[in-house]
Amino acid sequence: MSKPLIDAITDMREEDAVQLAQELLDQGTAPLDILEQCREAMAVVGQRFEAGDCFVPELILAGEILRQVSDIVKPKLTATATGKKVGRVVIGTVEGDIHDIGKDIVTFMLDVNGFEVRDLGVDVPASKFVEAVKQFQPQVVGLSGFLTLAYDPMKNTVQALKDAGLRGKVKIMIGGGQMDDQIRQYTGADAYGKDAMAAVALAKSWVK
Amino acid sequence: MTTDNWQKLTPSEKFEAHFKELISPQGVQFARPEVERAYQERVRMIKDVVQVKKPSRVPVCPTIGFYPFAYAGVTAQEAMYDTDKLGMALKKFHADFLPDSLSSAPIYGSGQIFEILDYKLYRWPGHGVPPTTPYQCVEAEYMHADEYDLFINDPSGYFARFYLPRVFGALGAWQMTAPLTDILELPFFGPYIVPIGIPPVQEAYQKLLEAGRAAMEWIQAAGAIDGWSLTTLGLPVLLGGFTKAPFDTLGDTLRGTRAIMLDKFRQPKKLLAAMDKLVPLAIDMGVRTAGLGHHPIVFIPLHKGADGFMSNEDFKTFYWPTLKAVVLGLINEGLVPYLFVEGGYNQRLDIITDPDIPTGTTIWIFDQTDMKEVKKRFAGWSCFGGNVPVSTLKAGTPEDVKTYVKRLIDDVAQDGGFILSTGAVLDDAQPENLHALIDFGKEYGVYR
Repeated sequence: MSKPLIDAITDMREEDAVQLAQELLDQGTAPLDILEQCREAMAVVGQRFEAGDCFVPELILAGEILRQVSDIVKPKLTATATGKKVGRVVIGTVEGDIHDIGKDIVTFMLDVNGFEVRDLGVDVPASKFVEAVKQFQPQVVGLSGFLTLAYDPMKNTVQALKDAGLRGKVKIMIGGGQMDDQIRQYTGADAYGKDAMAAVALAKSWVK
Repeated sequence: MTTDNWQKLTPSEKFEAHFKELISPQGVQFARPEVERAYQERVRMIKDVVQVKKPSRVPVCPTIGFYPFAYAGVTAQEAMYDTDKLGMALKKFHADFLPDSLSSAPIYGSGQIFEILDYKLYRWPGHGVPPTTPYQCVEAEYMHADEYDLFINDPSGYFARFYLPRVFGALGAWQMTAPLTDILELPFFGPYIVPIGIPPVQEAYQKLLEAGRAAMEWIQAAGAIDGWSLTTLGLPVLLGGFTKAPFDTLGDTLRGTRAIMLDKFRQPKKLLAAMDKLVPLAIDMGVRTAGLGHHPIVFIPLHKGADGFMSNEDFKTFYWPTLKAVVLGLINEGLVPYLFVEGGYNQRLDIITDPDIPTGTTIWIFDQTDMKEVKKRFAGWSCFGGNVPVSTLKAGTPEDVKTYVKRLIDDVAQDGGFILSTGAVLDDAQPENLHALIDFGKEYGVYR
């Protein structure tokens, strides 16, 4: 087990990390082992984020490193390398709201924590959430929204899932700049998370 | 406001001159003497809190977005396209709620103008988002990662030939134009003027002229709406000018959040150099816009320096130095920076309470920051306020709102220097909750 790649990622040394991944691959390290090291590194970054020792820029850079390493490694993958997923999440920014930064960070952190995430994008109508829940059968639905304009669309989305008879089958979490427990109650969601790690913790607690 | 000896005045003399102009605005005819008195009393309250004094009562100035339209039964789209409806809604809102400052009509913009110019940086109601939804910014890398030097060498030229052609579809042909600084001597005039004759460039200027004509109609109507609220209800404008923190200028609409965060790692020196370049431009923008509005308070929304967006070390390196320079530049002109602190600033309080910022010169409106911690550091130094959750105004009861306001005033407002306001921009609320905020705030906020 070589540690340098993990250290390079957690130290935010982008060029070193990408170069090390290339070297490992050239030396014959299995592509899956390299991705596993990335996953370990991401877990460390996630823990630091949760502890307040690293911040959004570090998450974004780590994600960027991961993308570059994946680009190098994935063409060499022989087997279908999707590891065992811990659960499924449907996520999207609710209707009328086009903000995506928070949602993208949550999606990324869920992904590196082993969730299979279907990201419906921004300005997602309630009917599209219903459709996705029917098809993808997630355990968790994540509703993102930035300002007060997202409150009613979130409430409507929860209601639409209820009307479709799907409410009992999923746990719903909300997140975004002006979300809190009062809005959680108002929308009828199960929980609100204040950041990406809170979203991961909630999702994990629901798929146990 | 300028006088012959303006440059010889001290910052505090300029401050006094600005407020003297604000409290007795030239050419304004109030409907009745008592309206004028109410206006002057409101301006006096604002001046008192800026100077960290106790006013007669806590001024109640919620940050209002598109809420007046929902309240008056007008869509956001109608508000941006029909100045009659815009005016009807704002007048009704102001008359019914009587806050201590007015929500200025021009900030809602004119959909026609943005359509003429094919503004791509935003989606607005009926134009990319639903008719009832406020306008929203579309983040992208409008400035590319390898363009820092172009920007640093000549920001205006960069805007004209790179940035604006990307964010305004109608101005795309401006990328074919030459820098104005090429216009040096008669024999070398050709390379500048010839491109102006190219049909798409001609068309771009035609569109700009068309937008300018539409703007004249719009601003007259929008200005009259504010004029009505001023002269009939005695409500002052709260924010006269506008500028931005250099990090946000780059991070919001030039590079975008994701890209600027990566720049911080990949090209920190260029990022810092670009922000240094923006400082005098940002000060100048604040000074000019405050001058146009004859109003010394300059709005500065803070976006990407909030808790979680970077470490304190990075904040001290990348965010605060240039923002501080802008703040000091405005204060030096007797202006009052109004820092609208979005998100949480719990980790930043010891940094922003910078001893170089003189007492009684700034306003800080917080959102999700612990107000008792703010009070500990701001008492006797600077005006602050905000923090009433928009979630409670939407999903709570009037009792919830009153309980929150009472606790807030008890906790942090007892010595003055405090503005009662929402934590975030209000687009959606229950009217009875907003009444509770304003009415109870006025009643409970009286200093005895």
